This record gives sequence, C-alpha cells and structure tokens, in this order.
Amino acid sequence: MLDVQLSELIADGPAGVGAALDVVAGFDAALTHGFARIGEEPAAALAALAGALGGTPLAGRVSEAVEKVSAGSVADEHLAALAGGRAALFGAVHDALLARLDTALGRTRATWEPVAGESETRANLLAGCRIWLRELAIVGWRGVDHDLVASADQTIEALLAVPELRGLAVLLDGLATELRASSPIATMDRLPARRWADLWTRATLLSQQGPWPGGGERVSGRLLILGADVHEHATVVRVQVHAVLEPSGGAPTMLVRTSVAAAKVDTIVGPTVWRLLGGHPALLAALAEHRSLEITDMPLLPGGDLVWHDDRARPGEEADPFATARLQLGAATAAAVTPLDRHPVRIAEPVFVEGYKSDGRTLTLGGGKIAFDLDRLPSCGPLTPALLKASTACVGLLRWDGGQWSLQPLAVQSVVKKEPVAAHNGDWAKGPTDPKAAKAEARNGDVVAVLRERAGRLLRK
Amino acid sequence: MSARAREPAGAGGSEAVDADNAAWEERSVLRVVPPVEPRKLAKVPFVELADGRLQGVVSSGSDIERVYVSSISAGDHALSCSTNNNRPCGALHGYACKHINLLADEAVVQYGLDRVARYLRVEVPEGERLMAHINGHVERTPAAVVFSRFLRHLAYLEVPDSTGPLTELHWFPATGAVR
Repeated sequence: MLDVQLSELIADGPAGVGAALDVVAGFDAALTHGFARIGEEPAAALAALAGALGGTPLAGRVSEAVEKVSAGSVADEHLAALAGGRAALFGAVHDALLARLDTALGRTRATWEPVAGESETRANLLAGCRIWLRELAIVGWRGVDHDLVASADQTIEALLAVPELRGLAVLLDGLATELRASSPIATMDRLPARRWADLWTRATLLSQQGPWPGGGERVSGRLLILGADVHEHATVVRVQVHAVLEPSGGAPTMLVRTSVAAAKVDTIVGPTVWRLLGGHPALLAALAEHRSLEITDMPLLPGGDLVWHDDRARPGEEADPFATARLQLGAATAAAVTPLDRHPVRIAEPVFVEGYKSDGRTLTLGGGKIAFDLDRLPSCGPLTPALLKASTACVGLLRWDGGQWSLQPLAVQSVVKKEPVAAHNGDWAKGPTDPKAAKAEARNGDVVAVLRERAGRLLRK
Repeated sequence: MSARAREPAGAGGSEAVDADNAAWEERSVLRVVPPVEPRKLAKVPFVELADGRLQGVVSSGSDIERVYVSSISAGDHALSCSTNNNRPCGALHGYACKHINLLADEAVVQYGLDRVARYLRVEVPEGERLMAHINGHVERTPAAVVFSRFLRHLAYLEVPDSTGPLTELHWFPATGAVR
C-alpha cells in the first residue's frame, strides 16, 4: 500500500454510509428495548428501516414485518424480514467500503457468479434456534436473564454436532457466553448494542431453511502464505490463513483464505491453543517454518475459501511471507464476496506496507495515518505493540469498524537492538519459539491433556 | 478499547463520556467477556461464576474416579461440597473444606480477585486472601447441575475440527497481546 493509496482509502465517505448506519442504530435501539411493547421511538426507527429499503426487492416484506411487529405480532417470518432488512443495509455499506478499497489499492476482484443452492434439512434444529432468537427479540437485551440464556444450551450442543451448521453454532455459543457474562444485563451502564444486534441478525438469517449458495471447484497448485489471522472465543479457536494461490497450469494467481477451527474451553488460552490444531500438521509446519504448500484437488468455494484437507497438502520450499507480499500480492485477483457475508466486519484485505513511521499505535505514511488494530494481536503469537513501534514493514489486513479503517498486523519486520527481526502470527504454530513464552506455558502443565483425561474418565459413565 | 470495555461507564455523564459510550455502542467488534488467565487444571479442572455462585469441580486427591462439586453462593456465602454422586464431603462442617479452598484459589487465578470478590459480594482488603473473608454456613446444594455443566464443558474437547469458512468468527478476534 503506497501513501497515495492510503490517503484515498481513508478519505471522507463513501457517501451514504452515515445515513445507512443511522437507520441501523435506530433498529438496534428498538431491539435493545425489545419488541414486546413498541413505544413511539422504536416504532419510528422500524418505520425508517422500511423507508430505507423502500426501493429494494425487500420493500414489501420489510414494510409488512414492520407493520405487524409494531402492532405487537412477532412471528418468525417477520423477524427474518427485519433481519434481512438490517443485513441489506450493511450489505450496501460493505459494498461501498470494499469498492473504495479496491479502487484505492488497484485491486482486481472477481465478480460473483450465481451458484446452485444447497438446502439444509435440519428443520427442527433451526426451529429451536429461531425460538430462542425470537425470545431475545421480544424481551430485549435488558430483559435477558440467566434462564433465558441457559435455555439455548441444548440447541447449541445439538448444533455443534452438525458440521454444516458449525457457523451458527459458534455464533450462538459466543452470543450466549457474552449474555451470561454480562448478567444482570438490566443494570449494565451501556450495552454493546451494535454488536449484539449484528450477532442476532446473522443468527436469525442462518436459522432460516436454505437453500444457501453451495458450489466450489477443485484446485491444485502452490500456496504462498501471507499470514495468519486468529479468531477465538471461550469455546472455539480458528486460524484463518491468507495466501496467494498459484494454480498449476499457469492460470492467474488468486488471493485465497483457508481455515482450521477447533472447539475448546475458556481455560485453554495463549499459545496452548495451537495444540488443539495438531490434526493439520502440514499447515502448522508451513506457518511455523515459513514454507509454501503444494496442494492437490482441494475444494475452493466461490467466496475464495479453500476448504483445508491436510492430507492433500505437503509443505514445500521456504517462502518468506514478506517476499510473497512484496512481489505477488499486488497482481493476485481477489475473490468475490459471498452475498450473505456482505458485512463490513468481514472485510479483511491483505496489504503490504513499508517505509512508514510508527509510534506503536498509529502508522503514518506520507500524509495519511491509520491505526494499528491493537485488539487483534493474539496472545498465541509473538506480535506486541513494542514490535509494531520498532517496525519498518508490515503485512496486515485492512479492517473497518466504528466508522474507521484500521490495519491488523499479521507480520512485521522490526529493528530490535539494531538487529532486524521478523515476527509472524503463525510463528508459534509448533510451540512458542520465545523461551519466556515457552516457560510460561510449561508452568501450567499440559492443560489439554488434563482435560482430555478427565473427559475420557468421566464423560461416558 | 478492550481495556475500556471493562470499565464502568462514567458516572458523571459528561458529554465526552456520552460520546465515548455512543462510539463504543456502535462498534461491531468489542471484547464483552473479560479475558481469563491460564492456570494449572490438574486439581481444579472446572471453575465458573454462574447461577449466583462460584462453583466448580475439584478432582479427588486419593481416587482418580472421584470428583467433588464445590460452591460458594454470592451474597450469603453459603458453602457446599459433595461428590458427583451427591455424597456430602466429610471435611465440610462449620468451615470450608480443602476442596472449597482450592476452588477459591483457582478462581482467583482464573478471574482475578476483583472479579470473584465482586461476584460473591465480599470485601477483600488488598493483600488478603478471599477465603479469610468468607464466613458462610453450610448449605448443601445438589451437585448434579454443576457436574452436568462440567461434562458439557468437557464435551467441547470431543467436537470435531471444522475447515469451513465460518465467517461468523470475524466478530470474535483473538486478543490479548496488549499487556
């Protein structure tokens, strides 16, 4: 990313984003209040949502839903329409932001080709999710108590057993954990209104019977890693690797992502989370040793997600992610975005930046400034604010939240005691390479083994 | 942001605080659940602040098949300890048994003294132990609910890995390196 590109990215606008988010904020306040009794202000906010979508294919469904909900009838189909309306607003915001990003960076992006849908058949399970989500919507966040949170436990447990519904499972589990940790919510000083409405909206949409887009093709070739983004809540950890794919046969290079996720518990934290991902040795070796990967016949979904099969990959030669970012990132084609995923939170576009000034919090490049996303430095990797401050080059993900762009570092080159050092999020994939971190981990013993022993002894009695 | 998320909102209600709160409330990604510290799990594999109690599971020192379910209630600090088969702990009478003491110690490591004390509604002066200020009576509560929550907790370790795109997880970044 050059200084002119950064300046173009962070310039004012895009037009209309503020107005769209105002409508969202009104809806979020109405949801916070709950749909059991709609007062004057929430009714106006819902009417504004219907108004904003007036010229879209959703107009009829949303205005009917607003009318019914405002009159006190809260049916599943109406909540689905409201969630769809809110998601459509964010879809528009997402598209405007991504277009701005692609223009600024000169990034080529594939266009979305409609694919055949796949229908989900777990009707009872999805209905169970919708019942819980409807209860949340009726009572509002401040009306959520311990019993209501706990009533989702069985549904979440059942969802976790269904691979195709794992996304909905981790989403509901994350939301339930936050609600439980926040109780009594009625007395909270402030509520994460946008966040919880986001989670509720996505869960409501995913709880609908499909068909959802399926599809995908098999690809082979060489995968050059750019970096690892780590996601985590109490009961899940996921490593999402961003990479450039050189398809065999000489087709143009593509930007792809590939993910491995493991279920966990809240006491498994820090570098220990890598131990849960040991079933993917080729990927972990490539991350820890900075190697490329040769992949054969791996499914690539239309949204640019490679569905990882460790047995179809083998680590190749050494490949420095900084060299990949410097030489290959600019020319690789980015994937189209899966329609349902169009929300700004999903924007995570890899970029390479160098020649900047850093105070550890903000990066200054020419006339432009962008904040480092310090909340996204995972405790399972070596990156620290001190390394960012001393950094001269960075591979990162551009993100957008709360009306601002930020840069989430995945790897930095820094100068420490006059020596150049490089640190990558995935460096500890095969165990911490920093003696201090290794010692800290060893101090607590093998917590994964302890819990597995307890599970083996107590679970099937 | 993560540090601020844990602070209570300003009581003064000044304009700066209001603007700060509004910006916070309009973020998609926030740390809502405070982080927990890593700890040894060998003796006390499970601790939680839930259902109005500090409760958890303590592995028996003598029998690897046996575990104790121990708890301290918030507010009245009632103490309970029994095996997972609902046999009362023989060492709990009048004052806390070693299982409850272990549970409290490990909870303080995991959540920090402030959070545990606030949850139990007990004042603990700086530098003093939590259990020195817990003087509750013994009130046996059934072990089944907590034990089944522990089993549910363990069952997560048996859920297979996923390699799907799981776009939902962009709302849940791994955090914690900011020290």
